[in-house]
Amino acid sequence: MAELQVEIVAADHFVWSGPAKLVKARSVDGEIGVLPGHVPMLSVLAAGDLEIDPVSASRFTVQIDGGFFSVDSDRVVIVADNAVLENAA
Amino acid sequence: MGAQIRVYRQKIASTSSMRKIFKAMELIAASRIGKARSRVSASLPYANAITRAVTAVASQADVEHPLTTEPANVRRAAVLVMTSDRGLAGSYSASVLKQAEHLVELLRGDGKEVKTYLVGRKAQAYFDFRSREYARVWTGNTDSPQFETARELREILLEDFANDYEQGGVDEIHVVYTQFKSLVTQEPTVIRLLPLEVVEGETETPTDELLPLYEFEPSPEEVLDALLPRYIDSRLFNAQLQAAASELAARQRAMKAAGDNAGELIKKYTRLRNNARQAEITQELSEIVAGADALND
Repeated sequence: MAELQVEIVAADHFVWSGPAKLVKARSVDGEIGVLPGHVPMLSVLAAGDLEIDPVSASRFTVQIDGGFFSVDSDRVVIVADNAVLENAA
Repeated sequence: MGAQIRVYRQKIASTSSMRKIFKAMELIAASRIGKARSRVSASLPYANAITRAVTAVASQADVEHPLTTEPANVRRAAVLVMTSDRGLAGSYSASVLKQAEHLVELLRGDGKEVKTYLVGRKAQAYFDFRSREYARVWTGNTDSPQFETARELREILLEDFANDYEQGGVDEIHVVYTQFKSLVTQEPTVIRLLPLEVVEGETETPTDELLPLYEFEPSPEEVLDALLPRYIDSRLFNAQLQAAASELAARQRAMKAAGDNAGELIKKYTRLRNNARQAEITQELSEIVAGADALND
């Protein structure tokens, strides 16, 4: 099955990268979920939680306070001003 | 003890305590360079991602944005000068200031007014001493810049950029900082920050892959609105980080040279002291011999 290559970067450090099945984010227009095979997209993120479902680990969330989000050919880049990794179940 | 010897002893003592300071400063700078360099590389993923996105929007959506449009005529330009807070870094701050002077002259030659913004106490001291005006100064933390400072710089600069000429606004913004090339080369560099030149040639995206056709959410304009300030943030922050790494590298080199010179001086004074001591002994001996001779006669 195809999977997403996710990269999360904050302004001054690298946060997380790895393969994932699903990324859920909060854009300024509302929530979006990205599955493999999504159309290339650039969107502005609102402050809030980002949910990531990695292939080989349990789902976790990242708190971000704004940023943007790009998807192209299953590569998801999340650029946050500030990101805090939370290892919630 | 002869006066000569005492003078040399004092010089040796003070030079060796200075050498200790130089050595310590060199070691401190050397240990912090590694961290500064890793901060530069840690900010790269963000810069790359943002550059890529800005390039994508700029190349696909035909959007006119105030930040990217060239003003019809430039009447006032802003120059942001990034120096260090502390000295003892060789020619680091001096060469940035020289570069800035050069730029200011060039801009004045084109008939533009110049408004200066300073970063670092050294720049402030330079301008204060010459009683020149500057719009604003930021001091503190030049050797470990925070992202918040970059954002604050951007906010102030954008505010001025958005203002009209009559209200003290500026039409273009230049940044003078020191580019960190390697541990031995750091180069004072000028970049024009605004209006932005977002061209693929300038950004280092690999040209072999084509940028996909993006969908923009909510709209290209709004995406660009959110992206451009961040792009500026990241460029300013990168400039600050490079300046910090350069400052430390320059300090390390300057302190190494100073330490070496102090060593040379100590060697020289030690020789002179020994010379003086020997001369004194010789003199005392010949006095004794002469005295004994006088008694014998």
